[in-house]
Amino acid sequence: MSSCTCSKDGGCSGIEEINLIKLFPEKTSELDRYIETLNITSDIEQNRGYLIQVLHRAQGIFSYLPEDVQLHVANKLSLHLSEVYGVISFYSYFTDKPVGKYKINVCTGTACFVKGAGRILDELKRYLSIEEGETTADGKFSLGGLRCVGACSLAPVVMVNDKVYGNVTTDMVPQIINDCSE
Amino acid sequence: MFNLKINNIDVTVEEGSTILNAAEKIGIKIPTLCHMSLDCFDVENRTGSCRICVVEVANRPNLAPACCTPVVEGMEVKTNSIRAINARRTMLDLLLSDHPKECLTCAKNGNCSLQDLAAEMDLHHVMYEGAMSKYEIDLASEAIVRDLNKCIMCRRCETACNTMQTVGILTGANRGFEAVVSPASGKSLTETKCVFCGQCVSACPVGALSEMNYKYDVWRAINDESKTVVVQTAPAVRVAIGEELGLEAGEIATGKMVTALRMLGFDKVFDTDFAADLTIMEETHELIERVKANENLPILTSCCPGWVKFFEHQFPELIYMPSTAKSPQQMFGAITKSYYAEKIGKKPEDIVVVSVMPCLAKKYEASRPEFAPNGVRDVDIAISTRELGDMIKEAGIQFSKLDDSEYDNPLGESTGAAVIFGASGGVLEAALRTAADWLTNEDLKDIDFEAVRGLEGSKEATVNVAGLDLKVAVVSGLGNARKLLERIKNGESEYHAIEIMACPGGCLNGGGQPYIHEDTSILEKRKEAIYREDSGKEIRKSHENPYIKQLYSEFLTEPGSPLAHKLLHTKYEARENV
Amino acid sequence: MIKDANGLIDYTEALKNQSSSELKLYVSMGTCGIAAGTTPVLNKIYQTIEEKNLKDIIDVVEVGCMGLCHSEPCICLENKETNEKVYYGNLSEEQVVQILEAKFDTELAGAKVLNKTWNTPEDEEISDQIQTRIVLRNSGVINPEKIEDYVMRDGYKALAKALTEMKPAGVVSEIELSGLRGRGGGGFPTGRKWQFAASQDADQKYLICNADEGDPGAFMDRAVLEGDPHSVLEAMVIAGYGIGADKGYIYIRAEYPLAIKRLEIAIAQAEELGFLGENILGSGFNFTIELKYGAGAFVCGEETALIHSIEGKRGEPTFKPPFPAISGLWGKPTIVNNVETFANVAAIIRNGADWFKSIGTEGSPGTKVFALAGKINKVGLVEVPMGTVLRDIIYGLGHGIVDGREFKAVQTGGPSGGCIKADKLDTPIDYESLKALGSMMGSGGMIVMDEDDCMVDIAKFFLDFTLEESCGKCTPCRIGNTRLHELLEDICSGNGTMETIEKLKTLSAAIKDTALCGLGQTSPNPVISTLNNFYDEYMQHVDRKKCPAGVCTKLVSYTINDKCVGCTLCARNCPVSCISGERKELHHIDQSKCIKCGVCYTACKFHAIDRT
Ligand SMILES: Cc1cc2nc3c(=O)[nH]c(=O)nc-3n(C[C@H](O)[C@H](O)[C@H](O)COP(=O)(O)O)c2cc1C
Ligand code: SF4
Ligand code: SF4
Ligand code: SF4
Ligand code: SF4
Ligand code: SF4
Ligand code: SF4
Ligand code: SF4
Ligand code: SF4
Ligand code: FES
Ligand code: FES
Ligand code: FES
Repeated sequence: MSSCTCSKDGGCSGIEEINLIKLFPEKTSELDRYIETLNITSDIEQNRGYLIQVLHRAQGIFSYLPEDVQLHVANKLSLHLSEVYGVISFYSYFTDKPVGKYKINVCTGTACFVKGAGRILDELKRYLSIEEGETTADGKFSLGGLRCVGACSLAPVVMVNDKVYGNVTTDMVPQIINDCSE
Repeated sequence: MFNLKINNIDVTVEEGSTILNAAEKIGIKIPTLCHMSLDCFDVENRTGSCRICVVEVANRPNLAPACCTPVVEGMEVKTNSIRAINARRTMLDLLLSDHPKECLTCAKNGNCSLQDLAAEMDLHHVMYEGAMSKYEIDLASEAIVRDLNKCIMCRRCETACNTMQTVGILTGANRGFEAVVSPASGKSLTETKCVFCGQCVSACPVGALSEMNYKYDVWRAINDESKTVVVQTAPAVRVAIGEELGLEAGEIATGKMVTALRMLGFDKVFDTDFAADLTIMEETHELIERVKANENLPILTSCCPGWVKFFEHQFPELIYMPSTAKSPQQMFGAITKSYYAEKIGKKPEDIVVVSVMPCLAKKYEASRPEFAPNGVRDVDIAISTRELGDMIKEAGIQFSKLDDSEYDNPLGESTGAAVIFGASGGVLEAALRTAADWLTNEDLKDIDFEAVRGLEGSKEATVNVAGLDLKVAVVSGLGNARKLLERIKNGESEYHAIEIMACPGGCLNGGGQPYIHEDTSILEKRKEAIYREDSGKEIRKSHENPYIKQLYSEFLTEPGSPLAHKLLHTKYEARENV
Repeated sequence: MIKDANGLIDYTEALKNQSSSELKLYVSMGTCGIAAGTTPVLNKIYQTIEEKNLKDIIDVVEVGCMGLCHSEPCICLENKETNEKVYYGNLSEEQVVQILEAKFDTELAGAKVLNKTWNTPEDEEISDQIQTRIVLRNSGVINPEKIEDYVMRDGYKALAKALTEMKPAGVVSEIELSGLRGRGGGGFPTGRKWQFAASQDADQKYLICNADEGDPGAFMDRAVLEGDPHSVLEAMVIAGYGIGADKGYIYIRAEYPLAIKRLEIAIAQAEELGFLGENILGSGFNFTIELKYGAGAFVCGEETALIHSIEGKRGEPTFKPPFPAISGLWGKPTIVNNVETFANVAAIIRNGADWFKSIGTEGSPGTKVFALAGKINKVGLVEVPMGTVLRDIIYGLGHGIVDGREFKAVQTGGPSGGCIKADKLDTPIDYESLKALGSMMGSGGMIVMDEDDCMVDIAKFFLDFTLEESCGKCTPCRIGNTRLHELLEDICSGNGTMETIEKLKTLSAAIKDTALCGLGQTSPNPVISTLNNFYDEYMQHVDRKKCPAGVCTKLVSYTINDKCVGCTLCARNCPVSCISGERKELHHIDQSKCIKCGVCYTACKFHAIDRT
């Protein structure tokens, strides 16, 4: 599985497969330390109860969950890799693909929709030349949709990482992108 | 007990029954797809996902899935109200709208529940056509083909693989229209710890999972003048092949099968059972040595490649326990390409060994690199019981009209001990028959070890042989194996010998056997047939097989000899647990 | 650590007797307030207080949602002596300084004054009467990160009452008598549900608070958790006591980081004071609460899916029965209740079932919080008694439609609900009346739409949502909804026929009748409801191949008529630069390039652009 975050991803002849667990021992031990705080036993069903929070933590540390991270988590909790994958692929919060430095998410909740979120999304797609769910070639921006963030009063809403832009119009798009470079 | 009315007919059923159970009781068949129940193994897939079984229940706002709705007192059910019929037809319509309608070229043609349903409901066109799923077909493994375009998301394979076998390969992935059942990251089975037991293939009601088909390779080999093509047939094939060809379940078809194989054009028709006897010689020798030395106990049988792959991936710490003896299929191949090749003066590469197996893991086993000395495979092609049935049909052979005939020699003679390899408990019983004689130096008569027979997942017995209490256990189904292995790992077991078979019930229920469509009584019949065949045999102990004796005296010298080790034993490797 | 009920009384008294400053300054620090820029305003406030040395006269209280989303950033200044409150909205940093300097003198400050009393729009009399705050009683009033603030307002008093004066069965029957119905959407009587679990004989039972709030456009639960987390914790302990559970989980969506943070703080504080943990208030009853996070799956709001999610599995619903109250989390009896449901519980225990029943309607007692959003002037949270007339909410509290446009419909119940047309605006709302209108209460989102919204497109939007959020387990939802969506797509792109409409109807009915869980069973509702209410609009798409609202791009074209004065505004705004024309000359749109974004249409001041 290709998991390069580099802009040469796919066009690079050197690295075949990146193993984040091996590549970042300090991140791995951060994850392991967290897992140690949990009450992991031989009771697999009980361990499974920790899976989602461990994945949240792992994604927080590694920013995405490629297969080697999934396997690491699976082994720690005595689960099958397939079970971890099944969960990751179910919840939209988790991703096994590297994401851009700036995660641009357009709220596609109802309030934002009726206030024209679709047009904002279209404009962002056009502006960044990527589709929803994709990342720009330079690894800088990922574009996605997001369900209601609860700031419906500011609809339409765009989130860039943790920053919320409210009452967004299509002409604000260049500015939003521009803010990211700062 | 609950009383209810189905289509105005009174019926009384036990608490906990479903509408489906109740309807069955009064002879009403409600169509099902996702529901699967294998009573004798206590396995049920009750996902309620296909919704093809919906019926109308009075005072309920929506329709009820019959397969998972428990009955309650006074319930009134209509299975054929126009509302229920329309809904069922719509469900079928929707399933077909996302299904390649390729029955004529489909591996499950004739064995497909969706196809049957479409025929029963007589839907003449699909009303709600639209986008269809598009998945690449997984053709990477030697054993199993996955065509997820045909998957109806019944999840039966998951139940087979994860709940019953606990191998843990398959999972629901993604969601919504993209939801699909697959290994992690959508990988091919070859990149996983799949053991190729094929239980998922048996469970799959449609053509989404099927075996890798090698019939054409066999036809080509048979028609290749430069090759000597020999065929071996596994113990469990003879009691099941008839089902494919118009015989009753449980009819023993050994003689007819041998005749048919000759008619197909094989140069020699041999028997895996011969090699099963050979396996017993080697394995029992090992057993006795370990028991005498009281080390590395328990010894675990190793003739099931599904089980072998399972422990290589998931119990690498126990890797020293299984017997090093190869499986009968591979022993047969090795002997054919050495001893027999020499005998007939052919080079190993000019002999094609075809095996007919109840099993899909055997296809994988035959391809393991350690079984191809100098790049020449010991077993060239492994086909399933089903594939043989298809070949016989394709050749136009009227199976039921055939006369019986006998296997060729020297690799066609076998004993009752070999026949019972096909049922769970058989390998151990066969080993005990030989061990008892060898330890006592007598020719014991009481050789039926009933305690280890039967379809139950785990059985155990203590057998007194020559003053020695041998504690033995038999498990079938990898879920049961896992439980036992955990106990062994924790030092909680005191057995001397354990037989493990990947498939619940043993090879008679192998992933390559004719589909039973949830009718587990067929398995009982196969089992009975196996023991009937055994008791009908003149020789019922492996070490008394005259051709085995000849093989040792002419070639191998004695069990455990250096040559025996070279040809008949193997070693295992720990594999990644992914 | 508070040892018993008397200890709580003493503690509360002590808190109440603490001297407080002359002025209290409430700053709305909910998610949407922060998003609208309250943080710099807050910082400015602290800075000014420091600089002007106002510490002794002004107490700053960082509160949760005040319900005035439309006017964020927003503060409220209260005079403790006169009890007078003044709200200021849409504040800038400079204005804050002015207000603080002027200490109340609004004219001097020149800021926008919202009103004089609690959340009453300055020019409307009625809203004062129609809002009743039970659920939001503390929201916007207390600092959610300080348990003292909660206790001071009689917090945990109900818990003390339940544990010391009532038997578990009494708690359950009090809730049953109150007629409280689940606010998570279904409206199932809460007391009856508790009764099921209470009557189970099991070594372990669980209680779960459903804080997954997935309905897009609804944010009531978020506001409660951000503004008054202890009200939920208190209720959970009471419920645990009632049903005999000692372990509670709050399943909260990961998209609500602020609510998570405040819950974490609240749990720690409640543990410290002994409202959670072992031997609570000396009663011998133990109860702990753990947070579990969602991970972006709407269907996990469905209770069986939610339970699977807590168990670490894919959030696929399973068939009921067995119901969670009999066999839920890890096979044990489990009660799942919504945040807002819980937020009512302490008040009911404290004031009694009769009090609660006196509010709202016979069949649906109490209040309901609604999140007003969409094309409405005053977006925000309102809490009204059940039975309030829709018109009062939309025109009274919401101040009608943006830019004085025509009201077209209000969507309630989110993706499971339906649209209500103008002619039904005088319906008093409760669970049953909404159902009768072909919609449903749902969680309380109200999205208001005007004539610019195409109802076919709205139906398609909701199906988009369902498609993306469907777990994919069962045939009718996985494939059926995909087909429904395709049929709508056909209509929106001009390929619809009468047959398409017929198929929409029959397929919708079949999906409702067969789907496994609530998501699929209700997913065709927006289609059915728009078909019933806006059939004409569908027919326009099908027959005339026109989208009256001008939304369905394939059916719309923009052209410039001779009113054009050549101001070039449209050309400068067109994102694909397909408008040409010299200054002061008639402009022209290149139809082959136009992406029908409508920007020019809104930009032109001269009504020179036609949308057909
Ligand atoms: C698809 C779906 C989504 C739901 N989402 C929520 C939700 O976000 N919050 C909630 O409280 N209930 C939700 N529910 C309802 C819950 O299943 C459950 O009925 C509710 O939490 C029970 O609490 P109550 O009785 O207090 O309302 C949802 C139901 C369905 C079918
Ligand atoms: S899976 Fe069944 S229905 Fe589908 S193509 Fe194959 S035989 Fe036909
Ligand atoms: S069943 Fe119909 S489609 Fe299939 S081969 Fe026969 S006639 Fe042709
Ligand atoms: S062959 Fe066996 S191990 Fe492999 S996926 Fe199927 S059931 Fe699982
Ligand atoms: S692969 Fe077969 S058994 Fe598995 S879910 Fe699909 S249709 Fe069912
Ligand atoms: S039990 Fe038999 S059929 Fe099943 S995998 Fe093992 S050898 Fe093959
Ligand atoms: S109705 Fe939809 S969400 Fe519910 S179980 Fe079926 S597929 Fe999943
Ligand atoms: S509708 Fe949009 S793209 Fe078309 S002309 Fe107007 S501004 Fe340009
Ligand atoms: S904005 Fe209106 S008036 Fe101005 S150039 Fe465009 S069409 Fe003409
Ligand atoms: S719908 Fe966009 S923030 Fe709520
Ligand atoms: S057989 Fe009942 S839902 Fe599939
Ligand atoms: S201020 Fe927006 S939710 Fe309350």
